[in-house]
Amino acid sequence: MSSNSNDLARKELSGALGLSTSGSTPPLNLARWRPRLKGLVLPALIIVVLEIIVRIGWLPSYQMPAPSEIALTLGDLAEGALWKHIGASLLRVLLGFAIGAGLALLFAAWVGLSREAEAYLEPTFAGLRSIPSLAWVPLLLLWLGIDETSKVVLIAIGAFFPVYLNGVAAIRNIDRKLVEVGDMYGFSRRRLVRRILLPAALPGLFTGLRSGMSLAWMFLVAAELIAATKGLGYLLSDGRETSRPDIVLAAIIVLAVLGKLSDGLLAGLEKRFLAWRDTFNGQGS
Amino acid sequence: MSQALLDIHVERKTFAATTVLNNIHLQLQPRETVSLLGPSGCGKSTLLRIIAGLEQDFEGQRLSDTGPLAFVFQEPRLMPWLTVEQNIGFSDDGQYDKTWVAQLIEEVGLAGFADALPKALSGGMAQRVAIARGLYSRPQVLLLDEPFSAVDAFTRMKLQELLLQLAERHAIALLLVTHDVDEALYLSDRVLVMDNRPSSIRQELAVSLEHPRDRRDPLLARLKALALTELQRAHVI
Repeated sequence: MSSNSNDLARKELSGALGLSTSGSTPPLNLARWRPRLKGLVLPALIIVVLEIIVRIGWLPSYQMPAPSEIALTLGDLAEGALWKHIGASLLRVLLGFAIGAGLALLFAAWVGLSREAEAYLEPTFAGLRSIPSLAWVPLLLLWLGIDETSKVVLIAIGAFFPVYLNGVAAIRNIDRKLVEVGDMYGFSRRRLVRRILLPAALPGLFTGLRSGMSLAWMFLVAAELIAATKGLGYLLSDGRETSRPDIVLAAIIVLAVLGKLSDGLLAGLEKRFLAWRDTFNGQGS
Repeated sequence: MSQALLDIHVERKTFAATTVLNNIHLQLQPRETVSLLGPSGCGKSTLLRIIAGLEQDFEGQRLSDTGPLAFVFQEPRLMPWLTVEQNIGFSDDGQYDKTWVAQLIEEVGLAGFADALPKALSGGMAQRVAIARGLYSRPQVLLLDEPFSAVDAFTRMKLQELLLQLAERHAIALLLVTHDVDEALYLSDRVLVMDNRPSSIRQELAVSLEHPRDRRDPLLARLKALALTELQRAHVI
């Protein structure tokens, strides 16, 4: 009898997996790289067209330097001050993000888990959230001066709200039916959090962390544009003041790369921790 | 008669102004299979949740200590981030009894799927995991809330066989909520036909047939006619 039900289970599974076994499999390497190559088509095209347009003089190079020129500038910077600027910016972003996201996770857990905490805290946070975060800048400068603290605090404020909002939503969107399984086993509050609530909220938490990270970079630039002696934002405003669009564009490219790297890091963690998700991956054609 | 595993009297259960359950007395003997049969929304699931202790707010009393029980929900309710094995041993966190889990996986016919994630399972397989999870805590009573209502008719019959087999092997009593007359009669020793709201037990049908049963047995057909008549009188069909 039990072997009988074994067979049945196998049949059920092969039915569930039927799609993946049918159809031809193209050569592995090409299949893996093709989507990435597709993504490179548009940027490559833009670079080539820009290079041509600038070279034949349709755009003045003091306004739009040729991509090759930007590459040279980037090379020059890399031999000199670029690493100092990157180091300064990276430190600010990471510190600000760690503080902002850390506090946000703490408050999100508190508000998400306790209706009492929600009643006390949520209106205040809703009020603070409606302040455009850059409006804090003058106050931060008055209170904390123009050194590192004010920049880190601004970045922390920027990172706080997306993480907090997504965190609370993630906890409140947890399927009540899963929580009931914990109730059935008489789980304590702590065990419920560790065994059900935290893993179930993880997808939402990652969404929050990733948008928090992108806002952290945004507020870094804002902070460094306003007052800084080093950092990528400083490089941007330095390029503007010395009429060097190539430096501005080089700084923008570095910011893009760093933003992508930090997001890629979080995306990698997300993929690793959330491999269990049964989600839509887009359609083939 | 041996000591009942379950003996509960629900005087009244209300949601807001509506009375859902009214004067229900339910007993369950060791190794007995009992079905609560009634339409959706008649309060039978509520009764089951009261018995399970998920619903504390009711008028009435437990007349004996309820033995160790487990609950199988209408949906599998597996933790999607845990493997089949980890889901079955869920109540013991990380330190679950691996040999016991392996035996249960074998018994519910999922050998080879210990490390599969729920997303790779079909509905019927997921419900098998849910049953194994229910059995993991070695209950004396298994409460099932329309456990097979979401699977197709053939899978349902297979799962019904499996359930009877497991109940026999582990000597557990089953209390099953269903709206499927055939399922109730095929599985149970007693079928309790529920009244429409406010629910009470309208009639008790004893099914005196040995297991394994034949689904085509004329007695089952006669009892089905009886049950349908009762349900009709209760204005549920």
